[in-house]
Amino acid sequence: MSQKRSIEEINEKIRKGRAVVLTAEQVSAMGKEMTPAEVMSRVDVVTTATFGPMCSSGVFINFGHSNPPMRMERLTLNNVPAYGGIAAVDAYLGATETAMPQDAYGGAHVIEELIAGKDVLLQATGKGTDCYPRTEIKTLVNKSSINEFIMFNPRNAYQNYNCAVNSTSKIKFTYMGTLLPSFGNGNFSTSGELSPLLNDPEMRTIGIGTRIFMGGATGYVAWNGTQFNTGKPLNESGIPIGNAATLSLIGDAKQMSTRFIRAAYFEKYGVSLFVGIGIPIPVIDEDIAARLMIRNSQIETNIIDYGSGNFEVLGRINYETLFSGEVTLNGKKIRTAPLSSVKVAREIADLLKIEVTEGRFLLTEPVAMFPKTAGLNKLEIRI
Amino acid sequence: MTSRRFVLTFPPDATGEPITYNLIKKFDIRVNIVKADVSPGQIGHLVMEMTAPGKVLKEGMDYIRQQNVECEPIDKKISYKRELCIHCGACSAVCFPGALTMGRTTAELSFDPEKCVVCELCLKSCPLNLFSIDIG
Repeated sequence: MSQKRSIEEINEKIRKGRAVVLTAEQVSAMGKEMTPAEVMSRVDVVTTATFGPMCSSGVFINFGHSNPPMRMERLTLNNVPAYGGIAAVDAYLGATETAMPQDAYGGAHVIEELIAGKDVLLQATGKGTDCYPRTEIKTLVNKSSINEFIMFNPRNAYQNYNCAVNSTSKIKFTYMGTLLPSFGNGNFSTSGELSPLLNDPEMRTIGIGTRIFMGGATGYVAWNGTQFNTGKPLNESGIPIGNAATLSLIGDAKQMSTRFIRAAYFEKYGVSLFVGIGIPIPVIDEDIAARLMIRNSQIETNIIDYGSGNFEVLGRINYETLFSGEVTLNGKKIRTAPLSSVKVAREIADLLKIEVTEGRFLLTEPVAMFPKTAGLNKLEIRI
Repeated sequence: MTSRRFVLTFPPDATGEPITYNLIKKFDIRVNIVKADVSPGQIGHLVMEMTAPGKVLKEGMDYIRQQNVECEPIDKKISYKRELCIHCGACSAVCFPGALTMGRTTAELSFDPEKCVVCELCLKSCPLNLFSIDIG
C-alpha cells in the first residue's frame, strides 16, 4: 500500500525536532538512486527556492496621519510616483514605477532603500476636504516611521519561463536581459530543480494561505498569481513547457532583508525587483516524492526569438543543457546564461531547511486550492 | 611577452596602408581587434590588443605613427563590486570573450581579467549596475 503522511503529522515531527528536511537539490540527487517510496520514507519536508527578477511586485504603505490630517491623492517617494487612489494615507508603490520613462531608478529602488532602513522623501498633494484640510506635505519617512509596510506581489515565482534568443542583426535589450545579434546568446530565468512550482507542478500542497519564506521574512500565498495558466503542454515528466502557473504573495516588508530583496534595472527595458522566495513542500505521499525528485535534465522550456517581434518558438531545451552554459541551435553553438540567481536560491533553501529543522517554521495546509483549469484571455482592440 | 591595448585614430585622409597586416607580417605582433569603426573619408577608430616582446611592441607603435595614425595605449580595466553581486549571471550572457562565467557547480560568477577585452557590454547588462571602468 502506498504511504501517506499528513501535514499535521509532519508538524508534530517538526515540533519534536525529528523531521528530516532536505533541499530540493539534495532530493534531486537522491532521486538518481532511490524510488519515490524510499524518498518518501526518509524525507518529511523539502525546501524549494528562487531568486529572480519579478516585475509584478510592490508594497502597500500606510504613512500615518499628520496634524492637520491630509488625504494624499498624488504622491511620490524619492520622486517615484506611488498610487494614492485608496484611503487617505494608504498608497501602493509598484516595483517598476519610474518618474520618467527612461529612468534607471524606480519603485524597486525605493522599496530596497526602505527595507534597508533609509529615509525616503515623501511628497504629496490633495485637494483638501473638511475632514482632511491639509493640501500639501513634504517630509522624510522610513520603515520605523510608517505604519504598515506590506509587500504584495500579484505575480511571482513563475512556473517555468522561456529561453530568449535574438535572430536579428541588432542587439536587443529586453526583460530577459541583453540579447546579442545573430543568436549571440540565450538567456533563461529559473532556479530549475530548486524552483517551487517545478517541484509541486500540480500545486497539490501549495494553495491560498501557504506559509512561505519571502524576502527574508515570513510571507503567505495570497491567491493564485495573475496570468495563472494551467493550459500549457506538459512534457514526459509532467512539467509545463514555458510560463504556466504563478503565485500572488504577501508578506511584512518591515521584516525583510536587502539580502533577498534587490532592485534591478534592465537596460532600455526598465526597473524590476529581485524577490527571494522559499516554499517548504511536505512529502505527503509518493506522488509528491516523485515530483520532488525532478532533475534539471527533466525540466524543459521553449527557445523563443525575442528579436523578431513575433516570439517564434525555435526549439525545446532542458535546463541541464541551459545551465551547462552552451546549447546548440540549428547547428550553431550559443552561449547561455541565467538571469535568476541559483546561488541565492540555494542560500534561501538552506536557510528555510534550518528554520524548519529547528522548529521555527511550521507547514500549513492550504485554506483553499488554486483553480484546476485556468486559461488566458487575449486583449482585443474593440474600438 | 607583453599585451597592451591601444586605440588607433585614423585621419580622414588615411593612406590605406594595410597596418594590421604589416604589424603581423613584418613585426610578428599578435593583433586582436576589439572594436573597429573605420569608414573612408572619416575619422576612424580601431581598438586592438597587441601582444609581442616589449621592444617589438614599441617598434610596432612607431610604425603605426609613421603612417600618420595616432596610437595611444589604453589601460582601461573593468571592475565590479563583487560584495554586492547576487550572481544572477546576466553579465555572463553578453561576455563574448568568456571573461565573465558562471561556475557550473558553484553557481557563482567569476571574472578572468586576462580574457576581458573591455567591450563594456557588462556595464549595461548588470541589473544591479555593479560594473565600472577604471582608467589606469
